[in-house]
Amino acid sequence: MIPELGHFSLIVALCLAMVLGVLPILGAARNNAVLMGVARPVAYGQLLFVGLSFAALAYAFLNNDFSVLYVAQHSNSQLPAIYRFSAIWGGHEGSLLLWALFLSVWTAAVALFSRHLPEEMVARVLGVMGLIAVGFMLFMLFTSSPFERLLPAAADGRDLNPLLQDPGLVIHPPMLYMGYVGFSVAYAFAISALLGGKLDATWARWSRPWTTVAWVFMTLGIALGSGWAYYELGWGGWWFWDPVENASFMPWLLGTALIHSLAVTEKRGAFKSWTVLLAIAAFSLSLLGTFLVRSGVLTSVHSFAADPKRGIFILTFLVLVVGASLLLFAWRAPKVGLGGKFDLISRESLLLSNNVLLSVASASVFIGTLYPLFMDALGYGKLSVGAPYFEAVFVPLMIPMVLLMGLGPLARWKKMEVPELAKRVQWGFASALVLALLLPLLMGKFLMLEANKWSPMIVVGLLMAFWIIASLVISLRQRWAGQGAFMARVRKQSRSYYGMQLAHLGVAFFIIGVTLVKGYETERDVRMNVGDTVMAGGYEFKFNGVTETEGPNYVAGMGHVVVSQDGKRVGELNPEKRQYNVSGMPLTEAAIQTGLFRDLYVSLGEAIPESEGAWAVRVYIKPFVDWIWAGCLLMGLGGLFAVSDRRYRIHKQAVKQGQPS
Amino acid sequence: MKPRQKRFLYIVIAIAAVGIAVGLVLNALKDNVSLYFTPTQVYNKEAPEGRSFRIGGLVEEGSIKREADGLTVNFVITDLHKTLPVVYKGILPDLFKEGKGVVVQGKMEAGGLMRADEVLAKHDENYMPPEAADALKKAETAAAAANSSSAASPSSGTPGAQ
Repeated sequence: MIPELGHFSLIVALCLAMVLGVLPILGAARNNAVLMGVARPVAYGQLLFVGLSFAALAYAFLNNDFSVLYVAQHSNSQLPAIYRFSAIWGGHEGSLLLWALFLSVWTAAVALFSRHLPEEMVARVLGVMGLIAVGFMLFMLFTSSPFERLLPAAADGRDLNPLLQDPGLVIHPPMLYMGYVGFSVAYAFAISALLGGKLDATWARWSRPWTTVAWVFMTLGIALGSGWAYYELGWGGWWFWDPVENASFMPWLLGTALIHSLAVTEKRGAFKSWTVLLAIAAFSLSLLGTFLVRSGVLTSVHSFAADPKRGIFILTFLVLVVGASLLLFAWRAPKVGLGGKFDLISRESLLLSNNVLLSVASASVFIGTLYPLFMDALGYGKLSVGAPYFEAVFVPLMIPMVLLMGLGPLARWKKMEVPELAKRVQWGFASALVLALLLPLLMGKFLMLEANKWSPMIVVGLLMAFWIIASLVISLRQRWAGQGAFMARVRKQSRSYYGMQLAHLGVAFFIIGVTLVKGYETERDVRMNVGDTVMAGGYEFKFNGVTETEGPNYVAGMGHVVVSQDGKRVGELNPEKRQYNVSGMPLTEAAIQTGLFRDLYVSLGEAIPESEGAWAVRVYIKPFVDWIWAGCLLMGLGGLFAVSDRRYRIHKQAVKQGQPS
Repeated sequence: MKPRQKRFLYIVIAIAAVGIAVGLVLNALKDNVSLYFTPTQVYNKEAPEGRSFRIGGLVEEGSIKREADGLTVNFVITDLHKTLPVVYKGILPDLFKEGKGVVVQGKMEAGGLMRADEVLAKHDENYMPPEAADALKKAETAAAAANSSSAASPSSGTPGAQ
């Protein structure tokens, strides 16, 4: 009964979305206040019914209702409750429902927090989001309903893939989806601006906080996914350039470009058409991401075996969205105008170059990801594009990007003389360079890393990171200089300024992490008898055998590895080799000791037959690897800080007072 | 600078940037694309020599043999018609199993042995890598064609597991 109610709620939500997609936009075109007024209540209604539908599915999962096909496929009565809940998005159908739920949440949030916007704008934005919801709900109801019954009911479920039974996977997909779907708000704002023919600084100011929040979710979502891959897949890698990782990375790159471009549009009225195009592209790539993950066309960690009908539906939807948006853009953009003028060397031009580099980087990832698909479709056979491709293209593009990133915040709007800019940064750049050249020589001594290794890539990486930090210091010194109380001057700077600097600092942390882990990591795959030791990166690992242990729904062999350094015990690591009861699937659970400057990482390969308890063991030393995720966290925090800027709220009050009610 | 000159300069910069990016992309693609082959294709000498490629198929039942060092593994990939012996040194993925789908990247060595640098098995037991499924299908159709053209002579390939 409950699943049918869930299904019914979804149908009601679809009807509401249809109303939302048509009436308010019509009302805005005809200036009909009644039709426009429909938007808000309907948006809330849509959230209510999608929420009910989601609750119904959650109920089925938590109560082990194996007469529902989707539940029987992805859950099991032995599964701990938290994973029974997260199993909702463990497969295709439930992921889509989560997607629809988040879309409704964003829609309702726009309805709630847009009281200061003109009615037409709200009506159009909510209308566009309604249309997107229609697409997704049709997709769900026609090709992939999670509420389909299984008759007769299964005695027990097939269980959730053990890889997904992990706290990281409870939060990673929702975070990422919030980001993906959040870009629909930026998209809806851009489309309604095109529809209304009014693209100005105010439009950019309304759009900015939404875009930034979506970007924050996406940043954290990607970071969580990468962290999960690092500790759960057991190979110690944190990014594989897997098609589905790329699918989230492409919109992230464009979203990053969009945030910066919106800043210029708001402050200087420039780049309007470009900003709109970026908003359209970022959301289209989010949809493409869904297509890549859900259609099963790509071989990936994330692919679910799926029927081609789904792929065709999403592809059609994608073509409709992209095609209609670009047509609208071609028709309306010429009216928008170009905006403020600026010089060849100015903050605008630096940001524009950054935008171009980010977009080109996104395009190069796009080519690498889709190349195998095109070749296959054209009948040239199956092929794969490896990680070296992405590294060979991406790194050279990011070097100028980061150099410009340091200059941008120091340059003035409109016009900046080159000698003046050079004078501002010369000491910062010089000290970054000296540090980057010297540090690798001292690394072994201070950080207990393996030997003093010096390579051009390490120097370049460190230079990039120190350059960002130097630029930050120069900028802060400038802003904080002057007369009077120091704290007052510190407080005088806007939160969006601090947010920007914090996010940039995050990039520096990220680069330090990537550079040092790539440059100094040690990996050893060895056969170990009980009592054997192996040295790696200055640490001694002693293998004390494997004992049996038991979890809630698995049995495991637990390894005992004692780590010491210079004869001093650092700790014991307990990697596991699990065997899940229901699916019978084996799973390697790595043991990691995290530290500020290095991670110790041990995972079990397999027991070696015809030996006395010997195992193949994998031992890693990963210097500074956690800085990668710390960097992402800082970027996210920076984004949140920027959103909390008073400017967005002051504006709200000012408009309220200005508008006769 | 006059606005016209300035615009010209922007366009030149943009074209240069895109040109460099295209160069990077093409150069990187040239070196880092690996093609998929099936055991039957390798048997027919269609796979490149001295260059890394990928192969999809099933791990043949009873073919996994470990050497004394505990890390070197020998196994056989099959598309149910032709087979290819593979050697790999390292720790195999959890879902690497006899009778299951697998994708291997590596180079051919003398004596028709493939030395693998990478062994990929999927993260879901019920999920067959499309490349492996494709290899089985291709071998099936190739064998059917061969049988109909030379129906008189007995098939020289391995009879398959059916």
